[in-house]
Amino acid sequence: MVIAILLFVAVVGLVLFLTNLPKHMPSWGVAAMFLFPAIILICFGLIYPAIVTFKNSFYGRDGTQGVGWANYIQIFTEPQFLRVLLNSVLWTVLVPLLSTAVGLIYSVVVDRTRFEKLAKTLIFLPMAISMVGASIIWKFVYDQRVGLLSAVYTWVAKLFGHTVRAPQWLMNAPLNTFLLIFVMIWIEAGYAMTVLSTAIKGIPEDLVEAARLDGLNAWQQFIYLTIPMIRPSIVVVITTVAMAGLKSFDIVRTMTAGNYDTSVIANEFYTQSFLNQNTGLGAALAVLMFIIVIPVVVFNVRQLRKSQDVR
Amino acid sequence: MSEKKKARISRREKALIRTKNKLSSPWATAISIIIAVLWTIPTVGLLVTSFRQNRLAISTSGWWTSLLPKNWSDFGLANYKTVLGGTYNLGAYLTNSFVITIPGVLIPISLALLAAYAFAWCDFPGKNILFIAVFSLQVVPVQVAMIPLLTQYVNWGINNTFWVIWLTHTIFGLPLAIFMLHNFMCDIPRELIEAARVDGAGDVQIFLKVVLPLMVPATASFAIFQFLWVWNDLLVALAFTGNTASTAPLTARLSDMVGSRGSAWYLLAPGAFIAMIVPVLVFLFLQRYFVRGMLAGAVKG
Repeated sequence: MVIAILLFVAVVGLVLFLTNLPKHMPSWGVAAMFLFPAIILICFGLIYPAIVTFKNSFYGRDGTQGVGWANYIQIFTEPQFLRVLLNSVLWTVLVPLLSTAVGLIYSVVVDRTRFEKLAKTLIFLPMAISMVGASIIWKFVYDQRVGLLSAVYTWVAKLFGHTVRAPQWLMNAPLNTFLLIFVMIWIEAGYAMTVLSTAIKGIPEDLVEAARLDGLNAWQQFIYLTIPMIRPSIVVVITTVAMAGLKSFDIVRTMTAGNYDTSVIANEFYTQSFLNQNTGLGAALAVLMFIIVIPVVVFNVRQLRKSQDVR
Repeated sequence: MSEKKKARISRREKALIRTKNKLSSPWATAISIIIAVLWTIPTVGLLVTSFRQNRLAISTSGWWTSLLPKNWSDFGLANYKTVLGGTYNLGAYLTNSFVITIPGVLIPISLALLAAYAFAWCDFPGKNILFIAVFSLQVVPVQVAMIPLLTQYVNWGINNTFWVIWLTHTIFGLPLAIFMLHNFMCDIPRELIEAARVDGAGDVQIFLKVVLPLMVPATASFAIFQFLWVWNDLLVALAFTGNTASTAPLTARLSDMVGSRGSAWYLLAPGAFIAMIVPVLVFLFLQRYFVRGMLAGAVKG
């Protein structure tokens, strides 16, 4: 590790030294020197491989035989893969909507209470825990024998006079997919809360007061003032979390490994590419993920353009 | 003017006091406590479990039963001892996590600082197009690059070494790093840079002596981001490390243990906590920087 860091420091030092050498380096020359390490790495590690993957998606298992659209047709026709697509849709839609809702409600109710800081840290902590850690935490909650969910389930059943054994939560489709999605919401709500809470605190006090003078109650204020004022932040949170939901791999991999009808595109990519050694199908799944994010890229670039104009 | 300002502040303060009274309504408090408890209990449960030494009890009774005073003698550190050494050897994986993460944070950040400087303060043809290209890449799923990258590494014979993991984390981290550091860099007042130019400083001097010192808080924000991302990563670890004690990080090992020994909670619970403790400490102590980085807007994958 030390060698790597030293080697790396030497490279950066060399770049700086060479840039400094000529008396009057033109601006584009400096830019070229400063940019080339990053650009070379990005071309080598992202752009070129992406092109190869795109090509591979039209080839078979080992990447030598062209198969046309067969991989894509398989994904869109076989029930096993349709299930994967459906699950991915659920992840990409439910995770952003619900975590934004929780984050929004929480940032409103906790705003300016005495224990605000502590409460926010508690909600936010799952962001720091790895998704693998979160999966273990929740796998434990969902455990049939010793899990908290099972205990609550049997307790509630008892209240209604039934003595039942808790089900194998994670083996019950389609319930298990929702249970996994909840873990992701548990993680992402903290992110939503932090961003939205900052936005809410940014609403000018004068407006809040004006609204109050106009006789708006807390609920009306929330609908007619808070929501419209923080709309841009809500959009950012929803798109960011939707991307995270689409790419979620760790939770599915760790909790069920994609068994019992819980697989999603990102997990299926891993299964096909690395475990089943089916390069073509894996590539097609990767390309599919790429196509799904294109609208987000376009949207982001447009936002960027707008903010640049302002600047 | 000052009179007016004073009046406005005091009005604002009054409004604040009023809101405080209004919002501390019992309903708001109740809802926030319920959510906070719901969000915290699962983690507490695992923490308690990790200290339970009676293996039979762990797999037959809920963790809350061990909180009864008569069961307190059951708590101890035996599980941690078991997983850190011996066949489970999480100690070695913990070291790997550090070895992977430190360069995995330092390298992309340094390269991104250089690139961000070029994008922020140099003029060159095609700058906007190039910047938008880099910016767009931050949303692209890394899955599209993985297999060809792996093939390349295998061809070079460096597969399953730390070099591969550092390189991969650097590449995958760069687009977001450049974008965020560029945003922070643009906030530096133009006058400062121009003044240094007038004083005869070249770009390298400006970069080292003017920009870098000002970028310390921003760099810290992003560093925490990248740190959590690399430390907590599973996909890159599974794809590029071969999952052995020589290179794999904790996350890969843990994910493997969940699969192979279903509900051996006496191993999984302490294992998960060993993996969590470092990012949680970093997060708790540097929360301010982390939040700042997050608010700068980031979509990563």
